[in-house]
Amino acid sequence: MSTIAVPVARPPLWRRLVGFNLLAGIALGIIGYVIGQWIGGRFTGVNIAYYSKTAGQNDIAIMLGYFFGVVGFLIGMGFANYPIQRMLGYPPTLAEHEAEEEGVGRYFRLCTDHKVVAIQYLVGIGVFFFIGGLNAMLIRTELLQPNTHVFGANQYLTLVGMHGTMMMGMMTSGILGPFANWVVPPMIGARRMAFPRIESFTFWLLMAAGVVLITTIFFGGFQTGWTGYQPLGDQNTAGYDAYIGFFALVGVSMTLLGLNLAVTIISMRAPGMTWTRLPIFVWSVLATAALMFLAAPMLIAALLMGAMDRTIQTAFYVAGQGGSSYLFQNLFWVFGHPEVYIVALPGFGIVLELLPVFARKPLWGYRLAVSGMLGVGLLSFFVWQHHLFVSGINADLRPFYMLSTELISLPTGFTFLCFMGTLWRGRIRFTVPMLFCLAWAFNFLFGGISGVFLSDVPSDVTTHGSFFSMAHFHYTIMGGLVFTFFAAIYYWVPKMTGFNLSERLGKVHFWTMFLAFNSTFAPLFALGFMGMPRRVVTYNPSFQALNDWASVSAFILGISMLIFLYNVVWSLLIKREPAEANPWHSKSPEWQLATPVPVYDFERTPVFDPDPYPYGVEPVPVGRPVVAPAGGQA
Amino acid sequence: MSASGKRLAGIAVVAAIVCVAIALYIALYLTNVPGSASAVETSSGTNLYLATVASAATNDPHPTWVSYYAVDANDQNWRHATTYVLPANTLVHVTIFQFDSQTGLRNPFIGQATGTVGGTFTLNGKTMEAIDPDTASHVFAIPAIGLSVPLYGISSTAKNPCSNAPCPLSNDHSTITFTFRTPAKGLYRWQCFVPCAAGFIQGFGGPMQTVGYMDGFIKVV
Amino acid sequence: MDHPAAGSTGMPEVNEPNHFLRIVLWWLVVSVIGTALVVFVLGPGLPPGNGSVEASGQVTDNTVLLALSVPVAAAVLVYLTYALIVFREREPEVYVDGPPIRGNASIQLWWLVTTTVIVLFLAGYGSIRLLADGSGGGQGPNPIAAPAASSSDPPLQVQVIAQQWQFNYRFPGYGGVEVPDLELPANTLVEFHVTSLDVIHSFWAYQLGVKADANPGVDNVAYVTTKGPLSVNIRCAELCGVWHGYMFETAHVVSKADFATWIRAQETRFAPATKTLPPYSKTYFPPPERRGG
Repeated sequence: MSTIAVPVARPPLWRRLVGFNLLAGIALGIIGYVIGQWIGGRFTGVNIAYYSKTAGQNDIAIMLGYFFGVVGFLIGMGFANYPIQRMLGYPPTLAEHEAEEEGVGRYFRLCTDHKVVAIQYLVGIGVFFFIGGLNAMLIRTELLQPNTHVFGANQYLTLVGMHGTMMMGMMTSGILGPFANWVVPPMIGARRMAFPRIESFTFWLLMAAGVVLITTIFFGGFQTGWTGYQPLGDQNTAGYDAYIGFFALVGVSMTLLGLNLAVTIISMRAPGMTWTRLPIFVWSVLATAALMFLAAPMLIAALLMGAMDRTIQTAFYVAGQGGSSYLFQNLFWVFGHPEVYIVALPGFGIVLELLPVFARKPLWGYRLAVSGMLGVGLLSFFVWQHHLFVSGINADLRPFYMLSTELISLPTGFTFLCFMGTLWRGRIRFTVPMLFCLAWAFNFLFGGISGVFLSDVPSDVTTHGSFFSMAHFHYTIMGGLVFTFFAAIYYWVPKMTGFNLSERLGKVHFWTMFLAFNSTFAPLFALGFMGMPRRVVTYNPSFQALNDWASVSAFILGISMLIFLYNVVWSLLIKREPAEANPWHSKSPEWQLATPVPVYDFERTPVFDPDPYPYGVEPVPVGRPVVAPAGGQA
Repeated sequence: MSASGKRLAGIAVVAAIVCVAIALYIALYLTNVPGSASAVETSSGTNLYLATVASAATNDPHPTWVSYYAVDANDQNWRHATTYVLPANTLVHVTIFQFDSQTGLRNPFIGQATGTVGGTFTLNGKTMEAIDPDTASHVFAIPAIGLSVPLYGISSTAKNPCSNAPCPLSNDHSTITFTFRTPAKGLYRWQCFVPCAAGFIQGFGGPMQTVGYMDGFIKVV
Repeated sequence: MDHPAAGSTGMPEVNEPNHFLRIVLWWLVVSVIGTALVVFVLGPGLPPGNGSVEASGQVTDNTVLLALSVPVAAAVLVYLTYALIVFREREPEVYVDGPPIRGNASIQLWWLVTTTVIVLFLAGYGSIRLLADGSGGGQGPNPIAAPAASSSDPPLQVQVIAQQWQFNYRFPGYGGVEVPDLELPANTLVEFHVTSLDVIHSFWAYQLGVKADANPGVDNVAYVTTKGPLSVNIRCAELCGVWHGYMFETAHVVSKADFATWIRAQETRFAPATKTLPPYSKTYFPPPERRGG
């Protein structure tokens, strides 16, 4: 986003624009797309894709176009250089030198500095988060009236699908991408991630995926929602190819991001950083990373079969030809339910990591919190069929899935207990990050309780597929993930960028967002109970009052995001008030680094003291990577 | 220019680009407005003239898709339109010139007409209640008011089929007429039930799921 | 940094009040009032109403869940409110840490035991309710939970055939007649067989408390025992394409005599269509199934 030209006394501009960077990536991406389309067009002459002619669309050409386009983009970004050099026997050029490059340019190319990748992630995901939010605004505009169409039925369903797909696909990495990449190495005493090139790769792949998804509107969109159920997906026009391409690329990106983080956490901890000394956020990242690389391949497989059904006429999802519509539902939710915990768990971690700082107390019940996160992660693989309670598959297993789903509330409850315990007799400071953490507790409480209605089969018969379940997962995902996402932004951005965000604007943002969020989604519980199904372009006129209330609240929610945007632009780009090294007086390792943070974080590998949360005890023991914390413990 | 001035200019440029991008993005969702046609008032009452064609006009965005055409009251000419403006609580005489070939219904039940005056329609002048479901080419159905009329397809051995719209009446076609009473004011959708979308699974993708081809609205005013 | 919260509760350093007791008392008050409101005021109005035996069962179920969730929510909210007011930092200019409490084994144990009991109760209760009569949900081709039918009065079989974008209903007990609108007799056990001709739909009869997905090639059975005459909103509850938002209609539960008259009239009216229908079957695979021309 930022095109601020920081004066750099180095080669002329044209020289800096030539090379393996975003420009070359885009150029090669377009060339690759054209090549893919051409190859696909050649194939259509062969009868394998005969039918696509009658449909007026060539799914093979479009799929190949996406594939070659993404490959071209990645080559242009420079991801092929290292493997090719190694294969040809040249001595490897270390890409790490790029990390030392100053200036804005490094944000537009393959950069192996985990801090740069984190900011790339933050801005890149932020862009798609705002596009997804814009979709939500358009959805609520359409729902202002029961049967008058601002957007057509096709366009409305595409908006719904785009909103869900973009939010779920992009925001899955919403905390792990920016914050885990930034914070995990300093927290565990590593000087970089385990696989720095893969770290950059996951980001640029995600951006390529986002562009692929947006191209769907030029191919007629996709009218399937983010779940993309088959065989409806197979029926869709070529816009669904973009859905497949997007989610498959996101799946690859998620798998690699998860592996990278897990390997980093397991094998790159500094001496003394034993498992019981890990900051709780690192534990949540580890649990999430494991879910990511275990669950995402299932999604890739499901989509691959969908792509084959659409292109080379297989019949994985065609009932009566040996396929089954259940297959996609099962594969999707085997991924999809861990996915919602992939989205929720980093939020748990952020909240429990920030609470000690602002309650000025050690984390209460560390082991309980850790076991809670691991428990959620483990159980999340055994609950997926609660999405199919009324589908007619495995009806006799429903009591089991009811039990396993409700069991998840035990480890989730651990997180709540640790949250409450940490506040006990603390000295609570109502900073902006703290407010967002407290809002998490409020929102997630209602998200969790409404989840019990959906996990209970007799109640689910009414609430399944209704606005109730929609409100439920917005309370858990938006109330859980997005609120902690903002907590993390307000908390870590001063360290990441070196500039302060405005506290006053932050509070305005928080209160607008918190009130508007609840005012938007609480009525949707009632609408679902009253019988309004999800993803409908028209509804019973008697539901209009509540829908209008929700729509107006949603617009205010949108305005709160603009307040945030204004805060970012004003504080980080215009005012630029340098941040202190440790404005929150935090005692966790990343805040002991200097601001701005040096390229390799630590001059030498640090040694950690046994206490991850040394609040209320003797300060900063020997061996801690001390870089002059301002105003530490009195 | 000072550093902060440059920065401000940069922010302004980016903001302008973002605003234009947002406007374009929203516009992409707003532009798809299918054509509309008003019923023709004659001495015999309100008439709606429709034609189903195997392929839309060659300059259409989807020239291979099946579609409906209609006569608009203003210029009395055929146009690509799927929104039909009709008066409320009125008997409307519908005449459909059916140029497409036979496909057959997925649910044979829909081979029987419902919701018309008398439960009947005429096919090439002959009054009927139902057709052989395998001979249906399309169905004109407004589910909200229970209207559903099967449209008999032309034979596959027809000598003079119409290739692309607009189709003159000299091409092979069957003529279906029926009368139905319009409901109260409002927007009612209509659709087809024959799996006529060639190249899509179950024949129900593409034109069958895109408003402006085999789907549309009647706008009762 | 300013204080958004201004409480009246002082926190004297010497005479520390018994926070725990205070919180418990507040929690008791809020829970009792809240639960009473849920059970006696909100409960009878909870969805999906008393349109059928199964729907009434769901109302009971929703009431129990809501009543149980009140004390749980109250515990968290009362605690948070209390803690945020009483434990707030009063002198934010100076950084002073709180006491380094790192856990409490007995509280953790009690929490674990309490939540486990609640969860096991919920799962057990839900399973028992589900296995008693199926609760109106779709249970696939081999239902394991059916309400008891009287031997003199076998269940009325109704096949729900979903297609893009309309529900049709077929009565195998009445010559396999298929109709576009649904009427059901009152006080009768109805056995819905939900199937689809194309993509996944979901048959949702709101007032009857019935929801069953319509999958192509699958016979999904759901039971409902109707009560008195009633209008029922029927909606598709699974995204099924462009007209999903319009896939709704009204069905009617009528007296048994009216139903008998109605079904006879339908048999006559749809005689031409019935002749062309395939023989009654649990599932249908009409062509084309693939991307044919």
